[in-house]
Amino acid sequence: MHLTLLASQFLIGLSVGMTLFVVAAGLTLIFGVLRVINFAHGSLYMLGAFLAYSVASFLGPAGFWPAMLIAPLVVALVSLGIERGLLRFIYDREHLIQILVTYGLVLVFSDLVQIVWGTGFKSLAPPPGLAGYVTVWGAALPRYNLFLFAVGILVAVGLALFLYRTRMGKICRATATDREMVDVLGVRSSRVFAAVFVLGGWLAGLGGALVAPTVSITPGMDVTIIIEAFLVVVIGGLGNVWGALVSSLILGAGESLGVLFLPRLAVAWPFFIAAVILIIKPSGLLKSVW
Amino acid sequence: MVRPAGLFSSNAGVTAPGPYGGAWPSVGAGAVLLFLPAVLPDYYLYLMAGIFVAALLAVSLNFILGYGGLLQLSQATFYGAGGYAAALVLTRTGLPFWVVLPAGPLTAGVLALVTGWFCVRLRRLYFGMLTLALGQLVWALAGRWYAFTGGDNGISPIPLPGFLSSPRGGYYLALVVMLASLAVLYRLVRSPFGLTLQAIRDNPVRAAGVGIDVQKHQLTAFVVSGLFAGLAGVLHVVVAGSVDPSLLDWTKSAEVLIMLLLGGMATFIGPAVGAAILVLLSMVLGVYTGYWLLVLGLILVVLALFLPQGIVGFLEERLSEKNPADRAVR
Repeated sequence: MHLTLLASQFLIGLSVGMTLFVVAAGLTLIFGVLRVINFAHGSLYMLGAFLAYSVASFLGPAGFWPAMLIAPLVVALVSLGIERGLLRFIYDREHLIQILVTYGLVLVFSDLVQIVWGTGFKSLAPPPGLAGYVTVWGAALPRYNLFLFAVGILVAVGLALFLYRTRMGKICRATATDREMVDVLGVRSSRVFAAVFVLGGWLAGLGGALVAPTVSITPGMDVTIIIEAFLVVVIGGLGNVWGALVSSLILGAGESLGVLFLPRLAVAWPFFIAAVILIIKPSGLLKSVW
Repeated sequence: MVRPAGLFSSNAGVTAPGPYGGAWPSVGAGAVLLFLPAVLPDYYLYLMAGIFVAALLAVSLNFILGYGGLLQLSQATFYGAGGYAAALVLTRTGLPFWVVLPAGPLTAGVLALVTGWFCVRLRRLYFGMLTLALGQLVWALAGRWYAFTGGDNGISPIPLPGFLSSPRGGYYLALVVMLASLAVLYRLVRSPFGLTLQAIRDNPVRAAGVGIDVQKHQLTAFVVSGLFAGLAGVLHVVVAGSVDPSLLDWTKSAEVLIMLLLGGMATFIGPAVGAAILVLLSMVLGVYTGYWLLVLGLILVVLALFLPQGIVGFLEERLSEKNPADRAVR
């Protein structure tokens, strides 16, 4: 009994970690390639969740799948606007200015979301096929969490294919490693930056849409996710997508196991784990691309 | 006045708070502030006291961020620690207020010593992220430890001695402590220690090369900054009469960063001006719109893009264009 509880908690933690990975992967890509610290990433995530809610409730019972498709795309479009309209002017500024500009966007988005959707809680039901439980290792696991896990793996594989099998991915990796050399070789880095930011935004939106059925959708979900995503990015090694994967899973599993032992300190667990990892290994788990 | 200056007595110039003249363009401003309570209604005194608290907090952050060059993203941790320490001593013990006043900065200073010891070994963004992680850890603990900190509800009301229960008392205490602290910090910035700190900021490799113990200086600056943030936290308790976990949250730290940007990080007094602007702005805009954060966000974006040196930094550049190299905008 005790072991099955542990196992189910562990698996749920891994699936939560997977959604964290989807969000953090976008953030770490933007970090690595654009070298911009994007606090607004959490806002894009929140936007994804709210848009998924709206699309799904507009389309009715069958609206879940279109919502998973449409919400991240809309968020990607918004990202394009942010990158072209604002961020491309601050690429060469210091970290602090980037933090403040994107934090300004956080404030703007949080009020905009409240204006459009109100301050109340919203919820989205998982589609009929993903409701209920399955049994893994004798532990009951919500089917939806299994789905989250699968999507996380898909995203990881997709990112691997993108980074290692496409020309754009190659340029991205090159830019992350040696930006000047890429410029010298005549690559139009501006387009690469826009593409990566849009991809990152899409991932944030996807993450938001994915968690929508598992959490209550509220304004304020932006500020909680962004810190966790940042921690993932940093303890994974800045800009390292696989580091983000590893640290997301550690944080997700660690958090949900920690809840078993000290349930009242649930919110403290990710920070505790992150702090311990940073203290033991100050430069992150895997190699930073910087 | 009781000052925890003895803690870092190894640094020259700390123990003797110097004349205010250098830090303030004129002592006249101080005199005006002294006589304001005679003419201002209570609400505005309360508002002014809030500005003094925010100003001290902002200047304390600028000490580590602007002069120390360390990406401290979690200054509110020490602000809240000071506030909570004062609130706990006041509600749990019968100790007189003059014992409570140093308890806040001491607690914050010890917390800064412990967290800073880990942080200073990291560089730039990693440093910032560790401050953030440790800060959020403190925030989460304060928000969940109901038996000790009151959890989400915080601690309220906090019994204050008679002379502080009126807005006038709070105003004067906040004013005096803020001015004295700013004077000490100003002296520190100009002391050999402060100059060394700025040298480390500008070129850590070279500073280490000439034999400066970089991490020791950074840790000392981290603790000093934390001490004064803690003192600001005590003042918050005096002015607001309550504490809650939002004092420690990273959004509070971000608010202080905004003050720095508004006023200007390359100047000593800029952050204090930024604090005043932000507090007044939130009051004025709050009257007209429920969505004042939207306006603040837009202001922030515009400011960061077009006026990164801040308002005071901009004015200073205009007024003294003689030696701009003296203070490169960071």
